[in-house]
Amino acid sequence: MTTAPAKAGWRFRQPSVIPGFGLTLGFSLAYLTLIILIPLSGLIWRSAALGWADFWAIATDRRTINALEISFGTAFFAAAVNVVFGTIVAWVLVRYSFPGRRIVDAMVDLPFALPTAVAGIALTTLYAPNGWLGSLLAPLGIKVAYTPLGIVIALIFIGLPFVVRTVQPIMEEIDKEVEEVAATLGANRFQTIARVLLPGLAPAIVTGFALAFARGVGEYGSVIFIAGNLPYKSEIAPLLIVIRLEEYNYAAATAIAAIMLALSFAMLLVINLVQTWSRKRYG
Amino acid sequence: MEVRVANVRKEFERFPALHDVSLDIKSGELIALLGPSGSGKTTLLRLIAGLERPTKGKIFFGEEDASQKSIQERNVGFVFQHYALFRHMTVADNIGFGLKVRHGPTRPSAQEIRRRASELLDLVQLSGLEKRYPAQLSGGQRQRVALARAMAIEPAVLLLDEPFGALDAQVRRELRRWLREIHDATGHTTVFVTHDQEEALELADRVVVMSQGSIEQVGTADEIYDTPNSPFVYGFIGESSALPVKVEDGQVWIADRPIGLSAPHAPQGEATLFFRPHDVELVDECNGCIAGTVAASRRVAGTRRVELEIGGERQRVEIELPVNHPAAQKSRVAFRPRRWKLFPTA
Repeated sequence: MTTAPAKAGWRFRQPSVIPGFGLTLGFSLAYLTLIILIPLSGLIWRSAALGWADFWAIATDRRTINALEISFGTAFFAAAVNVVFGTIVAWVLVRYSFPGRRIVDAMVDLPFALPTAVAGIALTTLYAPNGWLGSLLAPLGIKVAYTPLGIVIALIFIGLPFVVRTVQPIMEEIDKEVEEVAATLGANRFQTIARVLLPGLAPAIVTGFALAFARGVGEYGSVIFIAGNLPYKSEIAPLLIVIRLEEYNYAAATAIAAIMLALSFAMLLVINLVQTWSRKRYG
Repeated sequence: MEVRVANVRKEFERFPALHDVSLDIKSGELIALLGPSGSGKTTLLRLIAGLERPTKGKIFFGEEDASQKSIQERNVGFVFQHYALFRHMTVADNIGFGLKVRHGPTRPSAQEIRRRASELLDLVQLSGLEKRYPAQLSGGQRQRVALARAMAIEPAVLLLDEPFGALDAQVRRELRRWLREIHDATGHTTVFVTHDQEEALELADRVVVMSQGSIEQVGTADEIYDTPNSPFVYGFIGESSALPVKVEDGQVWIADRPIGLSAPHAPQGEATLFFRPHDVELVDECNGCIAGTVAASRRVAGTRRVELEIGGERQRVEIELPVNHPAAQKSRVAFRPRRWKLFPTA
């Protein structure tokens, strides 16, 4: 084996003796270009036709800003809620065996399978002021349907499986001995969870958060039924894009889409960098 | 601290893993639990640690009944075969963990914890690796960190579960000697589990030989090797050969011939004769001896191992000869064990 001195800067990792590197890399690049890159660059190109001044005007429009705030804000909040409760659900599924465990396990995937519009209508029926849950909450002064709170609930429903399914396999790999060692060293249960178990799960939890968040930002079907869609109040960015399209204002639609794209990409990139950093550190 | 295991029984879902085991461990002693897999040695260690609860019986630390205490209160240092280090913590944080999780006035200051950690790192000869993560250490280094972490809490007793099992032979021998030195320097009462008899005999003050959930024999390396008290211990420790024999009129017989061994105190009837393959003398005239035809001969390190078929039953036994001994070339060899032991056939 020759070990050439490492040069500074980027270089291809030495491919292994097993063939296939060139073929699979070529295929991946062609595939990603076709499926993701070409449509997205079409989007950018279309919005670029708008000119900087018009683009800026659309981007800084109050309605656009509010819609983006609602979309990203509710998605962030819903993903945060899912991180807490999704992790608990995963813990119960991994650690305990109880009658009906498999059914509960399968139930977690339902939000994946259900048409999102069905979920939206079901949630709206439940949380409307005259619905089962809505009528209970109304006397307390809590309005869920047709408010951003309703959007959050729809996004929690949609995002749950992302957190559970990313955390679950990592949790299954936790070595029981690590917990036992912590106990012999005098750590109580709470300390063991906070200082030993959760830090080990953190990368998986962050991934689950990122997936749930990304899904929430782009979610349309379930949200539009429960949101009420009041401009400036409970109108999400994807809906605003559809409204612009229906007005044949393609340039404005693509401009909003491009902004969403840039924001989402930036956030996912940051999350990915955090992941890489932690993986390098802890192996 | 003294540890006393009193009539402990442990069942896992009705399946007994330990039957009525009792053991006294003196303060400052280094004890090995030795046995084949499934003998209950790890279960006994986990019971002492409090990682399992006994079905029956009690475990005392000094005068106190520890079986009523939780794992956290027992103050034991436990080291696992696969280290069980906290991956997301540095070496120093791993070692300081047991001190950091203490509450109130018993918790040392952060500075004191750091000082303790680097002191222990010196002891396990890993000074300067405070900032490393476990993934950046070799197996032997990881096990040293695990030991330092266990010692940081000043444990009443140090428990090691196959501590060198995952390491290669070279590192294992090195760590064995090093563990003995650490033990002599710190004086912690230490119990370790192993299935490697060489490790147990070389390292421990006393060896506890276990089989099928019971203690077979407790003793020093000399006692265990020279005066095994059961067929299991004779067969398990060191090399041994066994032959079915008969005791009559104070003589040992194979089939219809006396073999020149007198056993005036052995009970009459069927028995099994045990001896060490290297502890035999060859005889020329077979006039009260064991004779057999050579079935196989192998060179093992500095000696030659000869397999003999004895009598009409063609029982096979092994004896050891010097490499150039002429007897290995012959088709028939006669010998007499120098030291041997009889166990009546149950």
